[in-house]
Amino acid sequence: MLKVDRISKSYRPKGWLNKAHRKQVLHAISFEWDRGECLGIIGESGSGKSTLGRLLLGIEKPDHGIIAWDGQPITDRNVRQGNISAVFQDYTSSINPFYTVRQAIMEPLKLAGGSPPSFMESYAGKLLQQVGMDESYLDKYPHKLSGGEAQRVCIARALSTGPACIVLDEAISSLDGSVQMQVLELLRNLSDSLGVGYIFITHDIAAAAYLCNRMMIIQDGRIVEMVETKQLKDVQSPYAKELLRKVMA
Amino acid sequence: MLLKRIWNDRLAALSLTIVGAMLLIGICAPLIAPHPPNEVNMELRYAGASWQYWLGNDHLGRCVLSRLIYGIRPSVLWVLAALIASVFVGTAVGIAAGYWRGRVDAVLMRLCDIMLSFPGYVMTLAVVGMLGPGLTNILIAFVCLKWAWFARVIRTVILPIAEADYVKFAKVLGASQLWIIVRHVLPIALPEVAVIASSAFGSMILQISGLSFLGLGIQAPHAEWGMMMNEARTVMFTRPELMLAPGIVIMVVVSSVNFLSDSLQKALDPKLMVIRSTNGMKHRYQRKEAALQQ
Repeated sequence: MLKVDRISKSYRPKGWLNKAHRKQVLHAISFEWDRGECLGIIGESGSGKSTLGRLLLGIEKPDHGIIAWDGQPITDRNVRQGNISAVFQDYTSSINPFYTVRQAIMEPLKLAGGSPPSFMESYAGKLLQQVGMDESYLDKYPHKLSGGEAQRVCIARALSTGPACIVLDEAISSLDGSVQMQVLELLRNLSDSLGVGYIFITHDIAAAAYLCNRMMIIQDGRIVEMVETKQLKDVQSPYAKELLRKVMA
Repeated sequence: MLLKRIWNDRLAALSLTIVGAMLLIGICAPLIAPHPPNEVNMELRYAGASWQYWLGNDHLGRCVLSRLIYGIRPSVLWVLAALIASVFVGTAVGIAAGYWRGRVDAVLMRLCDIMLSFPGYVMTLAVVGMLGPGLTNILIAFVCLKWAWFARVIRTVILPIAEADYVKFAKVLGASQLWIIVRHVLPIALPEVAVIASSAFGSMILQISGLSFLGLGIQAPHAEWGMMMNEARTVMFTRPELMLAPGIVIMVVVSSVNFLSDSLQKALDPKLMVIRSTNGMKHRYQRKEAALQQ
């Protein structure tokens, strides 16, 4: 399980002549994520949700506080391996343009080491089938894929190391409406069949409501409210009410 | 795969053939040249074309064709070596600055700013003034000055790549920095680097010839195209072919290199193969102009 304990993060303003104060992006955020759960992190642009995503993935370190996976710090890559993975927003840059789908899916396995090439070959095909694509895609290059297909490949790639948690950073935001729905459905099915959990970072409260059990609403780097999706209608804070009203309207 | 794509473009195929043939002839010069390039034969002074001397003889009766062939070595081969050296340094610095950003970037880029604040030609002349004229010194001056420009341009190529999501994903996986640079950054940048380098190649050939024309480059009696033009200057109107021969060779080689650099970009970019937008063309020309100007 993932435990986030009072993390904060600030950035230095750009330019070394600029003596402005560091910009505080996250203020003492704490929450927990349990195995198999799907937690939505909802916020508007500039709320710090993407920064939080990078910290959860261990590619940046918080200034204060700690993010721990079963008690081990997430910044250790051995802790991340096989436990946490990611799908990002921009499907055009999410796969190396010189890699075939096969190479892209096999990269995490290669990095983890220990699996023979023949196994990886067949496994790559199996993963593709899991995300609803057939093996003919294995030798395609990313620029031949549509947005939805590219994002499916990214999901397959994220699944390849069998992680317990996948961080989805605006993973469906750059897709068309109907494709968004298909990917959401796929994510839900995968969660049911494989038991994989998600941390779903998005500004789209409706999409989060479809996928998540629990939602965390953040504003200006602070947690405004933590709410079960079932009780979404009963949110207390004015900001969360405002957000909901926008969606309903 | 790449060769096949270039081959489909007629102009590119022609350019590649010319450049390739030049390199090959330059390397095999002693086998191909009909006469030793420095063999003086005063009886044949300014002799016209003959079966024995295809392009005639110069003011010392030396075989013009043989001198042209030997001239490939300093004009093309050594320039290529200097180019590779400066691109290598430039790429290393550019990747370091673009990938790690922060302090490394600041320090390296200020260093480049310092190098770039000297006007290129004046610096080359200054280096030649200090070390004395000669091909080696000019090449040293080239490498010392050009790397900064390459580093600058290659850094801008690296910046968006280092931010790309597949690099971020590799970091999540815990890939080492070497793995990321070798597999995810360098291969994406290489086509751009090849285009930048090849468009600078043409202008460097011109510069070497120009400096040799001024007598600052390679020293007599060795053959070099710019110097051959200078030697033929006195008989420019009576025997123009002596000046035309190296002049045309320079023109042909430089334009082939430029055409090749253009089609190289087309051939290396998987996306450009499909869409050849007018916008992309404009962009390419702008970059090439920038390369030629400096």
